Amino acid sequence: MPKLVLSGNSAQSYAVKLARVQVVAAYPITPQTSIVEKIADFVSSGKLDAQYIKVESEHSALQASLSAAGLGARVYTATSSQGILLMHELLHWAAGARTPIIMGVANRGVAAPWTIETDHTDTIAQRDTGWIQYYAESNQEVLDTVLQAFRIAEDPSVRLPAMINEDAFFLTHTVEPVDVPEQELVDRFLPPRPDIGVLKIGRRNRLGSFCGPELYMEFRHQVARAMEAAKGVARDTEAEYARLTGRDHGGALPTYRTEDADAVLITMGTASTTARAVVDTMRADGRRVGFAKLRRFRPFPVDELRDLAASVDRIGVVDRSFTFGAMGAAATEVSAALYGSSHRPLVTDFVAGLGGRDLDPASVRSLFEVLLSASPPEVSWPGLKTGEEVTTHG
Amino acid sequence: MTLVYGEKQLPPAPIATASSDTIQTASWRTFRPVIDLTKCTKCNICWKFCPDDAIGFDDRGYPVIRLGYCKGCGICAEECNPEAIEMIQEP
Repeated sequence: MPKLVLSGNSAQSYAVKLARVQVVAAYPITPQTSIVEKIADFVSSGKLDAQYIKVESEHSALQASLSAAGLGARVYTATSSQGILLMHELLHWAAGARTPIIMGVANRGVAAPWTIETDHTDTIAQRDTGWIQYYAESNQEVLDTVLQAFRIAEDPSVRLPAMINEDAFFLTHTVEPVDVPEQELVDRFLPPRPDIGVLKIGRRNRLGSFCGPELYMEFRHQVARAMEAAKGVARDTEAEYARLTGRDHGGALPTYRTEDADAVLITMGTASTTARAVVDTMRADGRRVGFAKLRRFRPFPVDELRDLAASVDRIGVVDRSFTFGAMGAAATEVSAALYGSSHRPLVTDFVAGLGGRDLDPASVRSLFEVLLSASPPEVSWPGLKTGEEVTTHG
Repeated sequence: MTLVYGEKQLPPAPIATASSDTIQTASWRTFRPVIDLTKCTKCNICWKFCPDDAIGFDDRGYPVIRLGYCKGCGICAEECNPEAIEMIQEP
């Protein structure tokens, strides 16, 4: 298996080439652009036999993608931040029309104020659209998860689109060695897309369907069932991927040193690497802490969370986004999942790392200290600059 | 026999298998356009501006209102240069 030094964005592009994607429709936006640039290179040099559709906006990119996927093509697109916000209407369309598009998203904060740095608001704001959502920790995980996502999304019992999210710059523009599987191995894992054609050439049918109150709920319930089915399909898919490549990313909620832990921190994306290291440091000091990575946000891993919570009394959730007027989405959903469990640990929401604010080991360690303190706050924004100390910017 | 449809009978995705041409959509019209062919110049402006597909043509090239699709919006009457179209209230 050749090892290449790749950015997260290039890992997306190589996965697309290995998946033998047939149609790509995309519009550039920082920090995603180099994904689709690299794919354009692959297409123009004949390394990928795909139709590359240049469009005038992200909205059109997703429309072209869902039409092609509706006809049975294997389709990929990529976007970020304001771009995925512009896609919002068609994200619902893609899921409702059961088109298994795979999309890479560079997680970047949304305006105002302008930022191009890491933040999960852009994709968290899409959690109700019916897309499967993965948040990657490393460039290797990006490549592996994109390949897995095609299998999961295209499974006849799922048929839902999926987004593979990577933290802006921390992954998109940072390079590391990545095992790139051989084409022959990927072909075995991911054969051509099964014929689950929503539309068929030569038959009178179109996507712009209308439905009255007598059956609308039933179509929506089909999507709900498909999302539930995705849990089992994902488990089987990852098991087969692990058998073929030797790499297993641990499912929807991989845990680390959580057995006998007094407190567990849940993170998404690149903060996970730091949290893992901090756990090791604190364990060496005799502190009983662990961490879990919320790798898949949709479908939400309720069962895995309840298993984790069964033996833990305190859970801290790091939200790299905020739902104004409530709390962070991950903490909300963790709390909701645990309300119905037999053991209900205390849940604390840490709103942190917004707009690229660094989550270094010291700041992650301080989250553990708050979590282990006498009465941790329900929601807090640790490290917020109050202006009471003088801070020099720029 | 009453046919009951539920989730089991649905297609795998919500697609339309009939064209909207086969579904009449204008039962709720209040005003209908009536064309005075003695004034009509066959300029096709009414056809061009109709936001639906409610203007057809007869074999002499004169516009014909397709009442199954016309919602009575009156745009054709407003745009008609020789003022050949009048909106008449439905009974």
